[in-house]
Amino acid sequence: MDSRKKILDQIKANKPQPLPSPAEERFDARYADLAETFGEMVNTAGGVAVLTSTWSDIKSHLFATFGQLTNRATTIPFLADWADFSLNVSDPHELEMINVAVIEADFGVAENGAVWVSEKHLTHRVLPFIAQYLAVVIPKHALVDTMHDAYERVNIQDTGWGCFIAGPSKTADIEQSLVIGAHGARGLTVFLLDEQPNPAL
Amino acid sequence: MKPTELDHAGASEVFNQDEPYVNWHDETLWFVRQKRDKAAFKLPEWEALRERASQIKSYGLSHMDELLEEFERNAIRNGIQVHWAADAAEHNQIVLELLRKHQITHMVKSKSMLTEECHLNEYLTGNGIEVIDTDLGERIVQLRQEPPSHIVLPAIHLKKKDIGDLFHEHLGTEAGATDPQYLTEAARQHLREKFLTRRAALTGVNFAIAETGGFVVCTNEGNADMGAHLADVHIASMGFEKIIPKAKDLGVFLRLLARSATGQSVTTYSSHFQRPRQDRDSKPQEMHIIIVDNGRSTQLGRADFRNSLKCIRCGACMNTCPVYRRSGGHSYHNAVAGPIGSILAPNLDMRKHADLPFASTLCGSCSNVCPVKIDIHDQLYKWRQVLAKEGHVPASKNMGMKVMTTVLSRPRFYQWSGKVGRAVMRALPATVSNSLNPWYKQREMPQPPTESFREWYLRNRKK
Repeated sequence: MDSRKKILDQIKANKPQPLPSPAEERFDARYADLAETFGEMVNTAGGVAVLTSTWSDIKSHLFATFGQLTNRATTIPFLADWADFSLNVSDPHELEMINVAVIEADFGVAENGAVWVSEKHLTHRVLPFIAQYLAVVIPKHALVDTMHDAYERVNIQDTGWGCFIAGPSKTADIEQSLVIGAHGARGLTVFLLDEQPNPAL
Repeated sequence: MKPTELDHAGASEVFNQDEPYVNWHDETLWFVRQKRDKAAFKLPEWEALRERASQIKSYGLSHMDELLEEFERNAIRNGIQVHWAADAAEHNQIVLELLRKHQITHMVKSKSMLTEECHLNEYLTGNGIEVIDTDLGERIVQLRQEPPSHIVLPAIHLKKKDIGDLFHEHLGTEAGATDPQYLTEAARQHLREKFLTRRAALTGVNFAIAETGGFVVCTNEGNADMGAHLADVHIASMGFEKIIPKAKDLGVFLRLLARSATGQSVTTYSSHFQRPRQDRDSKPQEMHIIIVDNGRSTQLGRADFRNSLKCIRCGACMNTCPVYRRSGGHSYHNAVAGPIGSILAPNLDMRKHADLPFASTLCGSCSNVCPVKIDIHDQLYKWRQVLAKEGHVPASKNMGMKVMTTVLSRPRFYQWSGKVGRAVMRALPATVSNSLNPWYKQREMPQPPTESFREWYLRNRKK
């Protein structure tokens, strides 16, 4: 408690004259075609964007792309028959085996290809990181232009944890050579869903 | 290259012995600067964003105590435990006590320049705790037992062959292998085992939000998240200047950070920690945040230098700096190198870092790329004045300045000295073209002109 008081006292003594809050200013970047820009930015970030899908398209895509892999997990009821790995575990370490996970996200950001993933759609926070490959489904209409719009849309206090994810895990720490798949997902597919979010099973 | 006792100029001289290597280092960093430019120029509102970010940080500095208290209140409400550390030693003790309380002897850590500043790893290792840095670049320099040479690109000074040799020795990769894909895969396997077995994870903090009591950690690799979401205890360390007032301010800062750092439009992961994790059937995770001063409140009181506390650690000033690019991060003998490090370090220890404000050409490129518009080159210049006044400038430099003052303040003496100087240089070039004259290093001295401009002007004025 001593240090707390000491630090705050010294800050009070040393801080400059109080300034008013900076004037509100809007940065309105508007993209002509949100989905197209979003898709380009997902690709730039090293991911794959599938711009128009129905649930059955997604399921066929997943079977075609990841059908040969085992340990497929999903939080989405409609895809339950595609998955072979149950997320019904209490210890997140058990997810280490997962080869591919498919999850939902609230929305995407066109300027950088990021999707907002939060606890609301997850059984475990580590799922999007520990799975070898990740796929995310967002409603096609749920795209915003910029990060300013993103923070108007999301209330970060509604969730215990949330993350903007743009593309797969990557590093360029060895001579600036881009390598995909550092610690998190080795690949990211984003599906833009063009129908009802919760179809009857 | 090991960290060195040499001053910046001395260490730069060593760095410059291998010319092709220096050229490579220079070009590599310039390439990153160019990527930054491309990303910045795509946004018409870029300059307005920088101005806005700078204003938010100015507001933050002037309300720092209130924002920290607001943050603390909200963080506690969220179930996060808040600690305050007046200096590096106290920060390190808090970390050690938390680990001991849980009988944890092994910890993973994601990138935190603050823990470099506090020398946390050495302290914990000395107390029987094993710390594994999980950012690839940081793991590389940790295995080499040297500090990072760049705050964003810790291993930017190394060639892939150095890393191949290192991984062959420590991770058992094939001898002579240099493929970045292969080496990164080896590190992934090596570190995944650490993530899965460590019960404590320490992360840095990019932004702490007063309004919400949460904090944001940005990585490209996902290592902060892998560590934190698997650990029983998550410790986040932050310098108090990481505070921002509102969640919506993140819109401004996240647009600027990665574009300035690497030219990406955003980092792969911008992770918002709001409350500790609650796994089913188990105790909630413990989440701790340590708010560190370590000289920052002193810097806040230095009107000329307080803006350095706006820094969001993007590294753009290093990538653009002609001195950094040609001298390497280790020559700055400080956790944060480059222009920003050179204005932060003297605040911590003027005597030890007196050389750093002189490690600059004052060209101003750093200030021009800074996403929060810190007047870095002006501060470098101002530090020089402070250091000279406080007696931290080498005697030879002080003496030289005094001689120059005498000469320049007496016009007749100045004219006479110029004449003598030109005559001597013409008659006996060896008096200046020798290794005792620092201006002669790496360059030929120019032919002295036959007359000064003043002489020419006097002769031609009437015509």
